[in-house]
Formats: sequence, C-alpha cells, structure tokens
Amino acid sequence: MALEKYGDYVFKLFVYVFLVAVLLVTFLPFWNILVLSLNSAGDTVRGGIYFWPRDITFNSYQQILNDTEILNGIWVTIKRTVIGTPLSVLVITMLAYPLSRRQLLGRKSFNLYFIFTMYFGGGLIPYYMVLKTLNMIDTFSVFILPGLMNVFYMIIVRTFMEQLPIEVEESAKVDGANDLTIFFRIILPLTTPVLATIGLFQAIGHWNAWFDSYAFTYSNDLKTLQAVLVKILNQFQTENMVSSAQMLADSAKRNAVSSNTIRMAATMVATLPIVIVYPFLQKYFVKGMTLGAVKS
Amino acid sequence: MNQENTIQIVRGTGVIHRLKDQKWLFLLMLPAFLATLFFSYGPMFGLYMAFINYQPGGGSFFEQFFRAEFVGLRWFEYFFTTGDFYRVMRNTLATSLLSLFFGFPAPILLALMLNEAKNGFFKRFTQTVSYLPHFISWVIAANIIVTMLSSDGMINSILVALGIVKEPIAFLQNGPLFWWIIALSNMWKEMGFSAIMYLAAISAINPELYEAARVDGASRFRQMYHITLPSLRPTIVILAILAIGGILNAGFDQQYLLQNNTVLEYSEVIDIYAYKYGLQNSMFSYGAAVGMFKSVVAFILVVIVNQIAKRMNDQALF
Repeated sequence: MALEKYGDYVFKLFVYVFLVAVLLVTFLPFWNILVLSLNSAGDTVRGGIYFWPRDITFNSYQQILNDTEILNGIWVTIKRTVIGTPLSVLVITMLAYPLSRRQLLGRKSFNLYFIFTMYFGGGLIPYYMVLKTLNMIDTFSVFILPGLMNVFYMIIVRTFMEQLPIEVEESAKVDGANDLTIFFRIILPLTTPVLATIGLFQAIGHWNAWFDSYAFTYSNDLKTLQAVLVKILNQFQTENMVSSAQMLADSAKRNAVSSNTIRMAATMVATLPIVIVYPFLQKYFVKGMTLGAVKS
Repeated sequence: MNQENTIQIVRGTGVIHRLKDQKWLFLLMLPAFLATLFFSYGPMFGLYMAFINYQPGGGSFFEQFFRAEFVGLRWFEYFFTTGDFYRVMRNTLATSLLSLFFGFPAPILLALMLNEAKNGFFKRFTQTVSYLPHFISWVIAANIIVTMLSSDGMINSILVALGIVKEPIAFLQNGPLFWWIIALSNMWKEMGFSAIMYLAAISAINPELYEAARVDGASRFRQMYHITLPSLRPTIVILAILAIGGILNAGFDQQYLLQNNTVLEYSEVIDIYAYKYGLQNSMFSYGAAVGMFKSVVAFILVVIVNQIAKRMNDQALF
C-alpha cells in the first residue's frame, strides 16, 4: 500500500513535469519573439537575449507605424476580414438551412455536390486559370469570393439546424410565412451561437491567409500583412545566408539586425489579434471537431 | 398497371408543385451553389489542361484552351520518367511519415497527461496555451521557427550551453535535417489542438470504471494504462487510418516558407513541385498534370481508407 502511494507521487511528478515542458515549449518561442521585438537592435547583436529584454525600447514598433508597406498590409487584412467574414457566414448559413430541411427536393444530390469537393479538387494550376478567366487576378475580389463557401462549416451549421424544434417553423408556416421569412426571422436568430463560432474561425482564416495575396496579386496596395511578412522573412533568410557565408562590415550587419527587430515586431502585431480571440473559441471547437470526425 | 400510372402522374405534378413550393429554398442555396461551381468544379474541369500543351499568351484563355495541341498522357509520362518523380515522392513520403511518427503519439500523450492533472486552473491554462500554435498562420510560425533555429537563436544557445555541441548548428542549411524540422514543427503547431479529440473521448469514459479500479487498489498509472488508454483505442485506430489516407498531403506552407536554396533537394514535396513548375516556371499543363496525379491518388486513398474506417467502426459497435 505504501509502495502504491509512493508510485502515485512519482507518477504525479512525471505528469506535471511533462505538462510544464509542453507549456514552455509552446510558450517560450512567442515570449522570445516579444522580448526580441522590445530590445534595441544594437544591443541584440551582442546576443544572449532570451527571456528578458536588456535594453528596452519601442523603436521597432514606432518604425512599424512609419512603414507604409506594413501599415497598408494591416489595412488590407482588416478590410478583407471585416468584409469577407460576414459574407461567407451568410452564404454558408443560407445553404445550410435548405440542406437541413427533409422536404428539400434533391437533397441527397445537393449534399453530394457540395461534399464531393471536400475529397477531390482540381489543384492549384487549374484554380489559378479559373481566377484568371474570371479576371480576378490582382483584384480585391480574390480575397473574398473563393472563400465564400466552406463545406466543413456548412456541415456544422446544418447539423445544428437539424436539431432545432420543427414546431416553431410549422406554426410560422400556418401563419403564412414563406421560407425566406422563416429563415431570416426565425432560424437565423436561433442559430446565432454557431454563427458566432464559424464567424470567428473564418475571421482567423482571413487574418492568417497569405498565399492568395502572395501568388494572385501583384500590386503593392493588395498585399496583406501576412504577405508582407513573407517578404520580410525571405529578406531575412537571404541576409542570414549571406552574412554567415562572408563576414560583412559592421554597419551592414547592424542594418540587418535592425530590420530583424522589425520582423519580430511585425510578427507580434500579426499574432496579437489571434491571441486575444482564440481562447473564446475553446467552448465551441470541441463540438465542431468531434462532428468533423463523425462525418469523415 | 393503371394504378401505377396514376401514381406516377400524381408524383409528377407533385414534383412541379414542390419545386414551386420550395423556390425560396433554392434561391437561398444559389450563392453557395455558384461559388462551388466556379471555385471547386471550375478547376476540376480545368484539369483538361493536363492533357493538352497549353501555351499562355495571345488570345483569351478559352481560345488557347481549345486551340492547344492534345498530347494525351505525355505530361504524366514526362513526370514519371524524369528523376524528379522519385525525389518528389521521396520527400513527400518522408516528410509525411516523419510527421506522423512525431505528430501522432504526441497528442495522445498530452491528452493522457492533461487528464491526470487534477489542478483545474493549471490544466485549463496548459491546454489553452497548447492550442495557440494551431491558430497562428504558418507565416508567423515560420518567422518564429527561423528565429529559434538561427545560429544565435535559443535552441543553439541551449545546445552550446549544455555542451551538446561546440559550434552552433546551421539547422536550416542542412538538407537531411529539413524533414525532421518540418516534422517537429508540425508537431509543435498541432499537438495541442489534436489532443482535443482524445480529451473528448476520455470525457466519455464511465467514471464507475475508475471507482471500481480504486476500490481494487489500482494506482493512478494502472488506471491510466488499463482504463483510459484502452478506451481511446477506437479513436486512435480511426485517426491512424485517416492519417494514412492523407499521406500525400505533406504540406505546402511550411516547406515553402522555411526552405532556402541549400535544402531544395529535400524540401520539394509534391505540392511545392507543382507550384514551382506550374506557376513560377509557367509550365501550366505540366503543373496541372502533377497536381492531378496527386489529387487522383489522394482521392483513391481516402475512399479506401474511409471504407476501412467504416468497417472498423461497425466492429467497434459490436
């Protein structure tokens, strides 16, 4: 019995050591970037900045506020998130409602039509050709229109609607309301919690999207924050390789380091909204994920 | 006979009646229908370009599309006969398998450990922090990883301080290491989020099982090993099968953002290769063919794997 108790303590210790390790491995990289973004560039070059800034300065953040490329990137990203999210939630919900009605003509075929796209796609090059044919290359619409529909989120909303009591709808029908009125006046308000969830997911998706801006737009005023960050990252990687290949003059090195602290600051700016929003999702995504598993 | 006819007529008028009755429902579906038609089915029909020699420039896209020479399976042949096929498939499978090797057991272990942590606040805090990497973009993740792995970064400093290495390692300039870096990065990013599935399964376990085990004097470890872990088996089996189905999805963002010229031999997975040739080198038809090869094989794999998973599920019910 005493031995069992001893074993339990060892086990408990192992559990907490493991979890603290996971916590550190997940959290420290973010912390390190924050610390580096707050340390002066000249001091960082001396090395050894890991857990706490040695020479605190908000220089890099001030530089971001003067950087038109990054500012414009933030503006484009906010624009696409604010416009794209509600539109896609509306389109997804408008589809989920008819598909949740048992009486819908051709319900099975429509379901197949949408769900098939989860399993098979044309791939990147034909997709690019479609965008080109529709004259969407290098326009703002490339951020909005392709993302209007999402089958996975549609299934989540549809499942929720299937569980709503049918009586409300029937009594409205008796009162002479048509499907549009029922959808906008009755179903939509009842579905709000799910819509908030998929809305948050879509908003995060818009905030994080980089490839559409990177590959399908050329104009500088259509580059999102993430696309600007890709550019900064590429610059850093080339500089990094050059500076490790040959010894550069100190001034050039300092220049590289200062652009590096801006990279840290820009990374923090792109991360912050996510950090604020994502804990609110926790309640909902357990449901969504188990649902997804049942589906597949 | 006569009766059947009447029934059919009644059903026929019924369909028209129902169509009229449901016109608003169809209207609601229209935007999603069109978006799917253009952006999902459009590219599927566009796969025709994998069988022609599509040349950009001059005339509209459709004109080019139909004027171009039909070459049959020549692009596929080209892909299989150049040495590229071997290299690309090697990179794809190696990255996928290594990612599975690290990324599959990690969330199971994390879920088991979280379940054992009885301190409510600490448990919730750890879980919440462990999701964070899932929600950031690969652009941010790549920025973080590049910083961590740089010669004066945190990881090299720890390795040097512990005396494990004398000189900092140039992690991202080392080809063979690239697969490992991608696999571990994938694990870092998705471990917390993937643990949710297992935690959901754990919360469904009947608490009476644990009570009975406690009465019998089973230690915490034995309870975990003999009750929690076996209860997770169906979930583990299903997720393992599904993971095999997605084996060709070795990623795009992570390789594209973390790669540099020194590791191209190892970073070119199938999606990167299709993008490089299709869009960057303007070999549109070739890129489409490579993409199609991947889509078709992945689709077949998923269908097979879903059948197996279904059968397993039925067995688990009995």
